[in-house]
Amino acid sequence: MSKLNNFTKGFFKENAVFVMLLGLCPTLGTTTSAINGLAMGLATTFVLIMSNAVVSMVKNLIPDKVRIPSFIVIIASFVTIVELTMQAYVPDLFAILGLYIPLIVVNCIILGRAEAYASKNNVLDSIIDGAGMGLGFSLALTILGAIREILGSGSMFNISIYKGDGSLVFVLAPGAFIVLGYLIAIVNRLNKKSAQKI
Amino acid sequence: MASKTESTFKNMLVVLFIISAIASTALAFVYQATKGPIEKAKLEKQKNAIKEVVADFDNNPIEEKIMIEIAQNDSLECFPAKKGSNIVGIAIKSYSKKGFSGEVWVMVGFKPDGSIKNTSVLDHKETPGLGDKMQKSKSDWSNQFNGIIPIFNSDNSPKNIKVKKDGGQIDAITASTISSRAFCDAINRASIAFSKIKK
Repeated sequence: MSKLNNFTKGFFKENAVFVMLLGLCPTLGTTTSAINGLAMGLATTFVLIMSNAVVSMVKNLIPDKVRIPSFIVIIASFVTIVELTMQAYVPDLFAILGLYIPLIVVNCIILGRAEAYASKNNVLDSIIDGAGMGLGFSLALTILGAIREILGSGSMFNISIYKGDGSLVFVLAPGAFIVLGYLIAIVNRLNKKSAQKI
Repeated sequence: MASKTESTFKNMLVVLFIISAIASTALAFVYQATKGPIEKAKLEKQKNAIKEVVADFDNNPIEEKIMIEIAQNDSLECFPAKKGSNIVGIAIKSYSKKGFSGEVWVMVGFKPDGSIKNTSVLDHKETPGLGDKMQKSKSDWSNQFNGIIPIFNSDNSPKNIKVKKDGGQIDAITASTISSRAFCDAINRASIAFSKIKK
């Protein structure tokens, strides 16, 4: 697979949220607005790139039987670094996302990529894979957050688009499921079409 | 490519130990580096909240903080705001455990005459879209508290600051009576502290 393909597969063909349906807990929980979704996505991307890089560097040093605990320690360290840094420099954002940041540790996208990709490929490819997957995840969360924010609060990235209260259900959990369902359907349809062309 | 380390007991032990040691060292450094800014960010938030809820002051209320015990093992932080040597108001950091999910922290500002100047929610975990309307950024619901002088019955239960459903004068947030009650509770606790300071 070429490097470009490796990077872009995370956006569409193997999008973590829309196609593989991984990491749905932060997806549904944090996407009440576009900016929250984007921030959560970028935090995850950082952890994903760093953990992929480190895992692929040490993959030969780690005995097979303890690889999962080792990966978890590596991932948890990066998550804690992100958490402390956010708390120090973007406290407002941390107030909203704080609860979900520690949950990045158990986000199956990250352990999944470490296990399925980084532990079998070289450092550069692993970083590209992490960046692609992470940015694809961010894109999905931002789209989901933006739609929920427009329908639910009538604004986008905190800029008011129309007046009025919007439909409350889209800010609450059921709205997350409804929007995600439609987005998955659309993405699958598009993926099918592009597959037929080839 | 180097061959893979075998899964012998010794190898596993050594590798896990080294990884944990490196990870904890790295975290210790990050913790040290971010400790200062985290403290500063928290203080900054508190300072902004105090500025919001009391009249102009020129002292440092955080340095003159006093703890007021309103019940056994239950103290609130009070921040006197002064202009020159006159007390222009008192900001009280109060909380309620009666929220819908978790504690509701509110900074309440009192004028010297005992009426509420303004309020500011510091932290809460209420439902987004419903209970979070108590925040000034989401709705102006909490403005109805401004100017009220809290009154208490002889048994120390609140008389006027409670939702209309409970016989008070506060319009609850639609569909969030519990969050509204918690907000009232936090304010009432603050005003108990205020009356103790006055004495």
